[in-house]
Amino acid sequence: MLKYVIRRLLVMIPVLLGVTVLITLLINLSPGDPARAALGAQADAQAVANLRQEIGLDQPVYIRYIEWVAGVLQGDLGTSIVTGEPVNQMIMERLPATLELSIVAIAITFVIALPLGVISAVRQYTWMDTGSMVFAIFWLSMPSFWLGLILILLFSVELGITPISGRSGTIFTVEWLSYLALPAFAIGARRAGLLTRLTRSSMLEIINEEYIRTAKGKGIGGRAVIYTHAMKNAMIPIATLVGLQIPMVLSGSVIIEYVFSWPGIGRLLVDSVSRRDYPVVQGIVLVYAVIVLFANLIVDIAYTQFDPRVTYD
Amino acid sequence: MSSKTNQSILGRLRTSATALRENKVLRRIFRTKTGLIGASITIGLVMVAIFAPEIAPYDPIEQNYGSVNQAPSLSHPFGTDRFGRDIFSRVIYGSRYALGLGVGIVAIQVLIGVPLGLIAGYYGGHIEAAIMRLVDITLAIPGIVLALAIAGMLGGGLVPLIVALAGVGWRGFARLVRGDVKSVMEEEYIEAANAAAVSDVRIMLRHILPNASASIIVYATLTLPSVILQTAALSFLGLGIQAPAPEWGAIIEAGRGQLATEWWISTFPGFAIMIVVIGFNALGDSLRDALDPKQSRPF
Amino acid sequence: MTEPLLAIDDLNVRFRTEDEPVYALNGVDITIEHNEVMGIIGESGCGKSVTALSVLQLLQSPPAEIIGGEIRYKGENLLERSDSEMDEIRGNEISMIYQDPMKALNPVLTIGQQVTEPLLAHRDVTKDEAIDEAIEMLRACGLADAERLVDEYPHSLSGGMRQRVMIAMGLITKPDLLIADEPTTALDVTTQAKILDLLEDISDEFDMSIMYISHNLATVSEVADRITVMYAGTVAERCTMNELFELPLHPYTRKLIESIPKLDTVHERLPAIEGSVPTFNEPPSGCPFASRCPQYIGSACDEVVPQAQPPGEAYDVEAEHTVACHLYTDASSEKPPWTTEEQTHDSAY
Repeated sequence: MLKYVIRRLLVMIPVLLGVTVLITLLINLSPGDPARAALGAQADAQAVANLRQEIGLDQPVYIRYIEWVAGVLQGDLGTSIVTGEPVNQMIMERLPATLELSIVAIAITFVIALPLGVISAVRQYTWMDTGSMVFAIFWLSMPSFWLGLILILLFSVELGITPISGRSGTIFTVEWLSYLALPAFAIGARRAGLLTRLTRSSMLEIINEEYIRTAKGKGIGGRAVIYTHAMKNAMIPIATLVGLQIPMVLSGSVIIEYVFSWPGIGRLLVDSVSRRDYPVVQGIVLVYAVIVLFANLIVDIAYTQFDPRVTYD
Repeated sequence: MSSKTNQSILGRLRTSATALRENKVLRRIFRTKTGLIGASITIGLVMVAIFAPEIAPYDPIEQNYGSVNQAPSLSHPFGTDRFGRDIFSRVIYGSRYALGLGVGIVAIQVLIGVPLGLIAGYYGGHIEAAIMRLVDITLAIPGIVLALAIAGMLGGGLVPLIVALAGVGWRGFARLVRGDVKSVMEEEYIEAANAAAVSDVRIMLRHILPNASASIIVYATLTLPSVILQTAALSFLGLGIQAPAPEWGAIIEAGRGQLATEWWISTFPGFAIMIVVIGFNALGDSLRDALDPKQSRPF
Repeated sequence: MTEPLLAIDDLNVRFRTEDEPVYALNGVDITIEHNEVMGIIGESGCGKSVTALSVLQLLQSPPAEIIGGEIRYKGENLLERSDSEMDEIRGNEISMIYQDPMKALNPVLTIGQQVTEPLLAHRDVTKDEAIDEAIEMLRACGLADAERLVDEYPHSLSGGMRQRVMIAMGLITKPDLLIADEPTTALDVTTQAKILDLLEDISDEFDMSIMYISHNLATVSEVADRITVMYAGTVAERCTMNELFELPLHPYTRKLIESIPKLDTVHERLPAIEGSVPTFNEPPSGCPFASRCPQYIGSACDEVVPQAQPPGEAYDVEAEHTVACHLYTDASSEKPPWTTEEQTHDSAY
């Protein structure tokens, strides 16, 4: 197991290197001058030239790449060209907010999707199945940012139950929840719609397996067939789905953080992109990649828990 | 067996199989409720996009300060915005962006992803490793994050939007086609074609691609709603289509500041997106059921 | 005559498909007495498995629906039981073992969990007692290493071992009837022989009846006392194992027997029955075998459904030997083109 983890960590290195190359290419091939953009159109040429030199824009791409990667390896993601703050600090201040939002969103997704998916598979062709599927289609067809606005309109503006935006309160308090609930649901709803359908189809596939008929033939009762025999097998594809949900939920969080002024790295990304603050953009994209890769690793390890056929050595 | 007879037998088998399938496909799509809904919405969207000037009562962009911020009424069913523009007309014209950009971007994704997948699956070895490594690298970055970075760094607007979404979406097609190629390659008739010394390109295009086409069509249909959502999302963030163009995401963003007072500006374009996304999802689902290629949906 | 253990009476099953319904069983009659092994034989697709699954009501519905008939077990019509009432029978009084032991065992549960399950569901035992019984039963089924196996998962076992596990799982509640649906088909020849021996042993030892389903006459003949020949969802012929080889009456049965490879004769090529089993989109209107029958005698075969009945006095067969063929009914004035004496000489058995 330890060997497997180490091997997986080693495989991550070239992928992460690839990510850094991709980010650097992306930023340096883009037209326009970040220094000019940072200082604004009115700034005089001398100031722009000074800033270019200060942030190293006058050097060739590969030198800047090597310097950046060298910095990253030492844990230094550079400095914002807009605020002058260290990128590390900017990210670390906002990362907990993003993780909190994403985790709650994933939890909402699963709490809604798993039971609905299972029920509609087990009760295939009944009104419960149709209902769940209509429900799923409804949520998965909704743009999350629009859902966010509608939720604000309903719960904050009309009913006044929740704050309009922002993040506040200590964890697990009502206040905390009142800020978190809407954005987390706005992210989770579309994912839940998709996951309900996926759970249903993987469950249906399993229900039609011969071993389910064997189990039924033992007279252990319908509930035991579903919970002992089907669910345990369904957890295998569902574990994969968790892994696939993570980048999706992070994607969703970027735009929802923007809608709800949630102080996470997603909103920082949107702001930095529009300010062309490329060191911050580089740093955030890298952090997202690291989160995704580690999440995938954890899911793969969790696999062994569900499937006795898979062993890592 | 000469290569000529070999090919003609393969050709005949394939044509009859395809004909049989296509005949059944349409029937099956229209027989199910899902298929009917999907097809109707899709046809409706195409009609609205084509006949937008005839359907829309007002110009979608021209400002009219005589009718600012009006609530929905008979003359303005979806109300007006702070420039006095009719939201209904803007939503109608918005269908052109959704359909045009959606189909265009998916087409570009197909044109990049399918050849790469074909090449990776067919040649294997280092070529495959290189292409799949590229897929792995881009998959490590969440889709919107990558699209946002591309669109943002290119400065926002139509071309950056297309580049960003095409740059994110091709990888799904590459993976799908590579998988299909791998399974088709094991089948005997590819070996037969190989033995008959047919060129690689010909084998890929004539023998392998037709076998992957069903899953490509389904995947493309199911990718379309995602692309429409992403287009709206990027425009909403100010990095795609810019106001005053009547793109749905851009309209929603423009109404965001007035949400508490003029709720209609942001609300109606959202419903338009929903209906279109439901339509393409339903169409894609029924297509998949009708063609039944073993594959999951993109997400 | 006392009530048989199981009496399937005029069973009709239909499958709803996308295009047209398929009539899978069209009036199947099968009886199984106490302590007897009834062989059910027929080509793939003739309805053997559908019959077996109907008994335990394990058919996937939709698309399958039982549209007529009775399945009487100890005199009670099982079709009147609800799904949960059937659970009192399943795995308790009637157990089933399946064709493919690779697919029929749950990959994520241990052998011990799966074998003890029927016991825990139907008997008042603790988990430990159940495991002990499971180990004992696995041993009885020829798995010497049972104590270790109960903690293993199916994927680490060979096909033959898994089928032994399946059998142990079926027997653990000491059922009155074991339904074995092609239990040796997925196994290699040597393993087949061992599993057959095991089934023969246990049928004696456990005092139970077996419904043994196979498409392979050679394997059925090793275990069965009586035999039911099925064709396209109907019963073609029913007789004792001995008479099947000595006096096969139905043209289909004769074809089946011819297609068994014999060791003492050299065949140019193995005789096969030409054509394939028809599927019916409506209930058959004549003899289902008519289109392939070498003794086709004309319009009666197409227009009148032959009923199972004794062949008549001209044939010296046991009383319960029945055949559904117009060669033996009033619909035909012709006699079958073979004689019974000749047949006995011909037989190598």
